[in-house]
Amino acid sequence: MLIPNARDPATLPRLLLMLLALVLLWPGLQLSELNPGVLLEAENRRQMGNFVSAFWPPAHEREFLDLLLEATLQTLAVATVGMAMALLLAVPASLLASRALSLGAASRGGRPGFWSQTLRLPIRGLLVFLRSVPEIVWALLFVRAVGLGPTAGVLAIAITYSGMLGKVYAEIFESVDQRPTHALLQAGSGRLGAFFYGILPSAASELVSYTVYRWECAVRASVVMGFVGAGGLGQQIDLSMRMFAGAEVASMLLTFLVLVFFADQLSRLLRGRLT
Amino acid sequence: MSIRLHGASLRHGQVLALDGIDLCIEAGERVAIIGPSGAGKSSLLHLMASALRPSSGRLELLGEQPWTLSGRARQRLRARVGLVHQAPPLPPRQRVVTAVLAGRLGQWGTLRGLANLICPLDVPGARQALADLGLADKLFVQCGQLSGGQLQRVGIARALYQRPQVLLADEPVSAMDPVLADHSLGLLNRHADVNGVTLVASLHAVELALAHFPRVIGIRDGKVAFDCPADAVTQALLDALYANEQLLAQQPVPGPSLVVQIPRC
Repeated sequence: MLIPNARDPATLPRLLLMLLALVLLWPGLQLSELNPGVLLEAENRRQMGNFVSAFWPPAHEREFLDLLLEATLQTLAVATVGMAMALLLAVPASLLASRALSLGAASRGGRPGFWSQTLRLPIRGLLVFLRSVPEIVWALLFVRAVGLGPTAGVLAIAITYSGMLGKVYAEIFESVDQRPTHALLQAGSGRLGAFFYGILPSAASELVSYTVYRWECAVRASVVMGFVGAGGLGQQIDLSMRMFAGAEVASMLLTFLVLVFFADQLSRLLRGRLT
Repeated sequence: MSIRLHGASLRHGQVLALDGIDLCIEAGERVAIIGPSGAGKSSLLHLMASALRPSSGRLELLGEQPWTLSGRARQRLRARVGLVHQAPPLPPRQRVVTAVLAGRLGQWGTLRGLANLICPLDVPGARQALADLGLADKLFVQCGQLSGGQLQRVGIARALYQRPQVLLADEPVSAMDPVLADHSLGLLNRHADVNGVTLVASLHAVELALAHFPRVIGIRDGKVAFDCPADAVTQALLDALYANEQLLAQQPVPGPSLVVQIPRC
């Protein structure tokens, strides 16, 4: 670094950025009041031990399993329908928000012009708004509006997830190689044609992987929303926890494990087909 | 009149890639552009294709001024101009048949383009375009599995399938062996000749340019160094075009074999 001939001009900025990140981390630790010590205090250990010791063996009575199956199916349905509705909004919004399909950028070496960026701002703003309110808040709102049950969960997931999917899709479109799209636009193709022939082939596996991951998140989110009365597994867990039925909680956690494992395999399978 | 440039300049950031180019290319003319690496050959072709907007000066293409047209009209004009890229930008996962048929996306409506994606609508057309270049057996292969030279031929096939009135080719044969390069350039020239298409190609290999094209334009440092019929190009003109001050300064005693420097890539 000291020999002028071998000096990398990027070294100093990188070192400074690293130091800055470390400096910023410290107040974060302070503000979050992180103190792992409380976990080891005797009283707390005993409480947790009692709860966890009831986990084994997991509940497996016939009646309970029927209930569990129904709740699981409901949770899956909430997540899937919510995702489908989110996609209806997310796909058009991501196409509008992404700079990848800007005609101006194609003839300016990839740099979008002033108007091109300004006109995309409202769409980006809409996506920010949709995802800035947590789904649990939407769920509480909709439980009041449409009553207890899965409908509230579906609507909450549709709203929040359309914001997340739209934003990330738009960024995935921008992160793949832009030259095929630009070449097509420069040869007179329409934007939608350029998207399907230039971007989609490269972005497909990334899109599928993210969508399946988000579906997995939607399954978890619908469980959390069950706690506020939006049906499914969450509502069952809430009931079992109130009754200190650790065995039932354990069965339901095992069901989660299976669901997430299943989602992971699905994602791997689809990615394998697309790459 | 097919292509006309009036004092066209192009800036990439701080670099002046093209500096006040005046050119006039008639309909049906076949022109080769030669010059050292980084002289602005690519920029010039992209400018002619209306793919890049000139920083100053004017471009007339097929009797219209693309940069005064509305976006929609410009896209319609661009559909009549084909550009062959040096490294054809094709998604690695796209099949060759789709990549070739995409040449007519500008002429097809969006719906036809989408239908073609689900089921190729004109397989015979794509096969014919590829067969002329000896690639018919690669019709249903993914682009990522092809070599650089094969990709270049797919790029040429796409441009030919587009059936443009102006065909611009940016180093179309740089990754091919000499026999293939000769064949492909011959094909482009015959296609242009038979269909009355204006053909402009930039080339590294001077001998190919002189053998195939009636008119040769030399570009150096973003300016036109010479513009004359192929048989008027002399060794003195070429030596001046490719003279490399930086390399000469480092190697004060150039061997006799280094008199004409024709970089290949």
